[in-house]
This record gives sequence, C-alpha cells and structure tokens, in this order.
Amino acid sequence: MMTRLMATLALLAGATPIAARAEGDAVHGRQIYESRCIACHSPDANRVGPMHRGVFGRKAGTVAGYAYSNALKSAGVVWNDQTLDRWLTNPQAFIPGQKMNFKVASPEDRADVIAYLKMLTP
Amino acid sequence: MSIIESPDRTIAQGNYAGPAATPLGRRQMFRAAGVTTLGAAAISILGGCKSMAATPSASENDVQILNVALGLEHEAINAYQLGAQSGLLQKPVLEVAVLFQSQHKQHRDALIGAIKQMGGTPVAEKPMAEYAKALNAGTLKDQADVLMLAAKLEKGAANAYLGVIPSFDSRDLAQISGRLAADETMHWTVLASALKQALPQKALSFGA
Repeated sequence: MMTRLMATLALLAGATPIAARAEGDAVHGRQIYESRCIACHSPDANRVGPMHRGVFGRKAGTVAGYAYSNALKSAGVVWNDQTLDRWLTNPQAFIPGQKMNFKVASPEDRADVIAYLKMLTP
Repeated sequence: MSIIESPDRTIAQGNYAGPAATPLGRRQMFRAAGVTTLGAAAISILGGCKSMAATPSASENDVQILNVALGLEHEAINAYQLGAQSGLLQKPVLEVAVLFQSQHKQHRDALIGAIKQMGGTPVAEKPMAEYAKALNAGTLKDQADVLMLAAKLEKGAANAYLGVIPSFDSRDLAQISGRLAADETMHWTVLASALKQALPQKALSFGA
C-alpha cells in the first residue's frame, strides 16, 4: 500500500517511478518474467529474443549469437535500472527501429522485472 | 498429418534473417514497397475474412511485430515436433498435440503471407537442433514434462499476442493479434487441464 502511494506521489511529482521504489520484488519479477517474457526470452538461451543472464551492466546488442537490429546494436546503451525502465516502458520510443514491441505498463511490475534481471547477473 | 514427419519448411532454414538496414533505410524501403496499400490484402490473409480489409493502416512497425510473432510460431511448431519425436506423448495427448501443431502451422503460413504482402521478409525458421537446445529438450523425461513445456510456451505466446496489441498501427491487425491470443489461450487451457493444474483464481489473469 505504501509502495503504491509512493509510486503515485512520484508520478504526481514528475519523478521517475523507479526512483520512488528503490528495490523491486525479484520473486514477483520472476513470476512476471515466466508469464509475460518467456514467450521470447530465457535466461540462458537465445530464442526469439536474446538471453538475459548477465544483462545488467551489459552493453545493448552484444549477446553473442543473437541477430540484433542495427538500431539496438548502435544504440550505445548500457543496461541498468534507468535504461531498463525506459526500455520496458516503451522500447520503440526508447530505441526506434528495434524489434521488441512489448511494453510493461505498470511501474511496479517494471521494477520487479528489473530486480529479477539483476539477480540473473552474477 | 503426422507430427512425426519433418516440419513443413516452406521457407529457407538458417539463422535469423531479420531486417538489417538502418531505421530510416527500412522506412524508405517499406514505403517503396507500398506497405500501406498492400496492408489490406495482408490483413485479409491473416484474418481469413475479406471484410477485415476495409481500412488498414499497416506499417513497417506492424511488419516488425508480425515477424516476431512468426518467430514464436516457428518455435511452437518445433516444440511440438520435438515432443512428438521424443516418444513421450501417448494417445490421445499425441493427437491433441498434432492438432495444436497444425494450428500453429496455420498461424505461421498466414503470417508469412501477410508479411510478404506488406513488403517485408519473413523471418526464417532455424534448424530444429537450435530449438531443441534453446528449449532444453534433452531434459524432457516424461509426458508431463512435454506438456509443461508446451503450456509454458502457449501461455507466454498468449501474453505476447495480447501485449503487442497496443503497439499495432493497424487496428485490424491488433484485432487479429487478439484472435491469435485466443488460440494460444485455448491451447494453454487444454494443456493445463491435462496437467491438472489449478485454474487462475482471479479474472484478467492473461495479458498482465
């Protein structure tokens, strides 16, 4: 309840939601990942989308063996809390011309997924 | 149709062959190919209904989404093929798997036709060995393992088709994405029932 209130206040104040929710819930993030992301992604295999283990701190478009769009390869983005939040909010707006068109609308869900992705990085 | 047969590979095998041009270059390419004007025929192919071709507004972005969907369908077809070839599926489960695979093949063929009509290049199917490795097919030990893998992929696909609906420029294609999601949801429901999994207790459990 308090978390939702903080997120709402952050939105009203114009702050980024992720800043108001310092740490996401990785357990819930995993549930979301295995329900919504799993169609294209896996932690340890390139499928329709690239593998995610080690994504945190990695430069976008650099997983070996995955055929990225030129847009992502040339984006010069390093994945962290802020860039992942922008990506999951609206990937096409963040990096036009990339291939993913799936958005995670809820700031809390994004924070939880990011917390899970962070766990996948040793 | 036997699921044991090799998949009907109507397009060249190989690695992903998605668009490789710059965003601007691709936009120009699609404009030159008449993406918008061909959208009606593409939507007709996907929807199987000429009335769906009324006022399309398909775009390069929509082709990109359809190609990701095609990648999902390639994987689903190969997942069912791997399950059947494993010898772990018994009748009548095997017959249901054959039916679901055939529906994924219909999705695939419709998507390929639509992407081509819209001036795009359909993403290529990979060799089955790559799907087997990516899906950890070697760990499947019994029928329940196969069904759990299928259920996971079907639920993910349903959520993916629902999730991209707001991203379509064409409202007609968005509706078709909903229809594809309905097929995947039906598959998941049957698989979950076979596995005796509990039904979702809350409404609106898909797509969120």
